[in-house]
Amino acid sequence: MTETFISWGMDPNWAWGVATICGILLIALPLMLAVAMIIYADRKIWAAIALRRGPNVVGPFGLLQSFADGLKVFLQETIIPSSANRGLFLIAPIITFTVALLAWAVIPFNSGAVLADINVGLLYILAISSLGVYGVILSGWSSNSKYPFFSAMRASAQMISYEVSIGFILIGVVLFADSFNMNEIVKAQQGHGLGFVNAFGFNLLLFPLAVMFLISSLAETARAPFDLTEAESELVAGYQTEYSSMSFALFWLGEYANVLLMCTLNAVLFWGGWLPPIDWAPLYAVPGIIWLFAKILFFFFVFSWVKATVPRYRYDQLMRLGWKVFLPISLLWIFLISGYLMLTRYS
Amino acid sequence: MIQLFAFYLFATIVIASAAMVIFARNPVHSVMWLILAFFNAAGLMLLAGAEFIAMLLVIVYVGAVAVLFLFVVMMLDIDFAELRAGFVRYLPLGALVAIILAAELVFAVGAWQAGGVDLAARAAPVVSDKSNIQQIGELLYTKYIFLFEAAGIVLLVAMIGAIVLTHRTRGGVRIQNISAQNRRRPEEATRLVDPGVGQGMEL
Repeated sequence: MTETFISWGMDPNWAWGVATICGILLIALPLMLAVAMIIYADRKIWAAIALRRGPNVVGPFGLLQSFADGLKVFLQETIIPSSANRGLFLIAPIITFTVALLAWAVIPFNSGAVLADINVGLLYILAISSLGVYGVILSGWSSNSKYPFFSAMRASAQMISYEVSIGFILIGVVLFADSFNMNEIVKAQQGHGLGFVNAFGFNLLLFPLAVMFLISSLAETARAPFDLTEAESELVAGYQTEYSSMSFALFWLGEYANVLLMCTLNAVLFWGGWLPPIDWAPLYAVPGIIWLFAKILFFFFVFSWVKATVPRYRYDQLMRLGWKVFLPISLLWIFLISGYLMLTRYS
Repeated sequence: MIQLFAFYLFATIVIASAAMVIFARNPVHSVMWLILAFFNAAGLMLLAGAEFIAMLLVIVYVGAVAVLFLFVVMMLDIDFAELRAGFVRYLPLGALVAIILAAELVFAVGAWQAGGVDLAARAAPVVSDKSNIQQIGELLYTKYIFLFEAAGIVLLVAMIGAIVLTHRTRGGVRIQNISAQNRRRPEEATRLVDPGVGQGMEL
């Protein structure tokens, strides 16, 4: 994009700045729109699974429901509990929301269509997703109320635990792709499976990692069956209990932006990103971004399907799954993958 | 131009937030300032061209260590009046530490001015087309492999030590054994009885 601005006769430094700001807007604004529509899709999918109709009043098929909700929330009064820690109480939802947007900077939407093409892209995503926990902890503590605090403690332990296994799973992908750059990881998947399937997931060694990553991403975003942070039967609404109006909406938006990010990571890291599913020339006629969106939507459907059908885990079971199942298996898999690559690629 | 601006921005925020760590009244606020300092230090690393170290700083310190700090500080019920009560008693010790630190600073600045060791030349980045991660990996796994493995063993021992120190076996706790639960079949878990009217059954 920078070249376009330079060709319009702009100073290169200014062109870079303007191109970056345009890129940020091009990602953030459609993302917000996508979040609004995805909340609607989520509710429709749960409704269909529960044999209900879901939102169907505002707009055709209820399509405008999320916008109506947003407007309603926007007009409400922000209530701050009198004993809350005012500054942190207001900063917490902003942190959640900002962090949810930040990680999108390194997601490749097409060959070369990435805002920041850095060679530590995957590490950047790990770093940013590890920041997400602060919004939850701070909101829980600053509310000065016991249910949010319990929820914050659960959330932080849960996110830290699953980040460990996610890190090890990603190492497996990096070993195969030979790069931390997201675009390189996607390119490495071209014809990876049996010479014609564009996905790491079709590799027998990486398929278990793909499954573990899907489950870990459910846990990392605190979606059902791992939504212990907002278990309504025990904790009212978890860390969001004391929030109202826009500060509540920011949590809501950030949470769904994170869910979309995790779906995107599943698509990009294991299922070929913007590549078509099969390495066959006519399929490349479809723009890569459409393949990517199709994959993201598929994973989002899986997320809501799981949320609608699976009961909530107990806390000790969640910890057992993270530390006693995923961690040893992902560690073992690093040994297997490095051994396999040493035998085949580097000998 | 933008590097210079970014450097002064990051450096100012690092120093200011490090000062705020000490001056903040609320310990939770202190930890938050500490996190801001870590974050901007990572920005400085990025400017120095060490993007791998910068990411590790955020992942390890901001993502894990500071979360644990925050955790502990939030759980503590700190009474500030009690904290200040010992001020006079600890004043001599504190003053001694301050004097030692000040003396070290003077020596450091003096040595730097004398220009004994040319640190600037040694710290100059080696221009290479390889990425940061590859360079560090090549050094760690060839030249410094024994030190690297020794560090790994120290960490392993520390980990085992922490587990041994905190581990305790309590009697009378019912722990869920998931594989045993999955192995259980209906035949051994259920019993079909047909009691006569008014007879009931024994469990």
